[in-house]
Amino acid sequence: MAKASNTLDVRVDYVTRVEGHGNIVARVEDGELVECRMEITESPRFFEAMLRGRSWKDTMFLTTRICGICACGHGTASLKATEDAMGLKLSEQTLRLRKIVLHAEQLQSHWLHVYFLVAPDFFGAPSVIPMAKTHTDVVLRAMRLKKLANYICEVLVGRHVHPITMVPGGYMKLPGVRTLKELRAHIAGHEADVWATVDLFATLKMPEFSRQTEYESLRDPTEYAFYGGDLVTSDGDKAAPRDYKDIIHESIVRHSSAKHVKNKREALMVGALARFNNNHTQLHPRAKEAARKLGLAAPCYNTFHNNTAQVVESVHCFYEVLRLLDELIGAGIQDEKPPLRWPTGKKGAGVGLTEVPRGTLVHHYEYDENGICTGANLVIPTNQNLANIEADFRAYVPQLIAEGRSQAEVAHALEMLVRAYDPCISCSVHLVMVK
Amino acid sequence: MAKPVLMFDSLSCCEGCGLQVLNCETDLLPILEKADIGRFREASDGDVDHYNVAFVEGSIVTPHDIERIQEIRAKTDLLVALGACATHGGVNFLKNFQDPDDVAKYVYGDKRAWFPHVAARPLKAEVRVDAEIPGCPINPREFLEAATCLLTGKPFKLPNYPVCVPCKLADNVCLWHKGAACLGVVTRAGCDPYLCPSAGHKCIGCRGLVDKPNTQAAKDVMAEFGLTVDDILREFRLFQGIYKEVAQEA
Repeated sequence: MAKASNTLDVRVDYVTRVEGHGNIVARVEDGELVECRMEITESPRFFEAMLRGRSWKDTMFLTTRICGICACGHGTASLKATEDAMGLKLSEQTLRLRKIVLHAEQLQSHWLHVYFLVAPDFFGAPSVIPMAKTHTDVVLRAMRLKKLANYICEVLVGRHVHPITMVPGGYMKLPGVRTLKELRAHIAGHEADVWATVDLFATLKMPEFSRQTEYESLRDPTEYAFYGGDLVTSDGDKAAPRDYKDIIHESIVRHSSAKHVKNKREALMVGALARFNNNHTQLHPRAKEAARKLGLAAPCYNTFHNNTAQVVESVHCFYEVLRLLDELIGAGIQDEKPPLRWPTGKKGAGVGLTEVPRGTLVHHYEYDENGICTGANLVIPTNQNLANIEADFRAYVPQLIAEGRSQAEVAHALEMLVRAYDPCISCSVHLVMVK
Repeated sequence: MAKPVLMFDSLSCCEGCGLQVLNCETDLLPILEKADIGRFREASDGDVDHYNVAFVEGSIVTPHDIERIQEIRAKTDLLVALGACATHGGVNFLKNFQDPDDVAKYVYGDKRAWFPHVAARPLKAEVRVDAEIPGCPINPREFLEAATCLLTGKPFKLPNYPVCVPCKLADNVCLWHKGAACLGVVTRAGCDPYLCPSAGHKCIGCRGLVDKPNTQAAKDVMAEFGLTVDDILREFRLFQGIYKEVAQEA
């Protein structure tokens, strides 16, 4: 270990292996942490403003473009908001298809993150590319799994980046039962890869760190919540979807084009670890088995285990996709048509809350009587985590100094910490409607 | 001989086109044998001083974006615009149809001065661009084709016919007959096999216009199906804001 230092000047411009542009700044003088920030330098993108004037048919096609990695999640939350405003009730068939696509996106995003963005830190590689030579089987497995998740989306919604067939109320094109049976068989053939992922991450030791915070997620009494439910926190707060502002309090800070969020504490955390801490009893039995193998137990206050919780969730989603496909195949596909017109005279607000890979996502639209969007508010998971990242920095930097880490080691450790949140920075700069 | 050095970076966008590159999966491996990656921040650490080919996605939305694209241009032999935001401005253009101060005020309120922005524009508005791969997102097959051409010194050409051509070949019923204002009539083809009309959805024009769009035919179709000028402008503005004169003409 390098020589201990009581003066540090850490500046990481453009953290790598994260989605979007962010910098880390940490300054220690005479052992005292004097400056500590996660700067968000991503260009502001003004989606809320751009939504004004869009038709109810197009709001999803615009908002999926917020994020390439969670396009299906943004699409789902967007459709839920529009359907809420329209007063639509979805069929079981549509709900099952929506949930499969949402699960497939968790799979694609979690596997991309743990294999391509996180794993190189543990193999001492700058990226997954040199690992193709040193750990060929690991990289090929990662590619097979990511391709599988993309393929599920391709079959069901045309494409993962950006979905085509899903629209308010249903689907423009439905898969046939034979297609679903083939898809199921293809997915089931990847079970060994799913467990090899668990075995691999069971051998990687996450850094020691612990800081309790408020964990926020959706909760659904009937299942481990991804698609819907009420908003809850580990401190016992609860809000119906339309009352999300009772928990999510936003503010603008100068060093970030993405807003910060908190509830009652200085910060809160969303994402796989928050969902695991809040809802672990509802996980699929095989996912509970994976958690035991990985040594992950709730409540867990080590942010780095957000990576581990993603691996646990990938097992959950894999088996849930198979279960939902069995239900669809059993029920047969009904030729349901989505509505073509906006309901006469209907106007007002619609809110859609969904768990996407990085946490709870809020889409809130106002529509006029012609179904034209007149106002919007979007709350992105990464925004909700930003204040918590900085709170973690404030706890972690003194620990690293006490451990006698060098400046370069501190910088790398902070980068790994940021990466554990799986931040999606280009998502996070879309911000909020200021009334 | 040293391998050519590629770089990938993004300005203001969803980074979905970079993800589409990663989504080429094992098809990327032959390219990685022939070339080195100098920078791919989304996927890797590190940077180098000079690139042979830079693939840049995203639009220019801030003064800082202008500086960044100029820096990249100065470091690269070839610059390839990746995806609708970089080639045409993409969805970012929507804000150009609103008062710029009101856009910033709506999102950042009284703190708007902290986050300066300029009218959204494609890369070619600020620097020389050597090739464009259009689409929102890009078609991974077209990326592989373009990368292969660039690495082997062959010319890369985009199809110059509208989406109606592959759509007819795919045996789709014309979506105009199903009541949808499909922009396939004037939009550049090349998206198949991920053709939106094959998935039951109208073409939303994400690949921009063909070189000489048949605006008269588009006008006739729109008139035949009774669309208003407002409807048409709204359809075109989602991805083709830069072509407002075409939308007005139609």
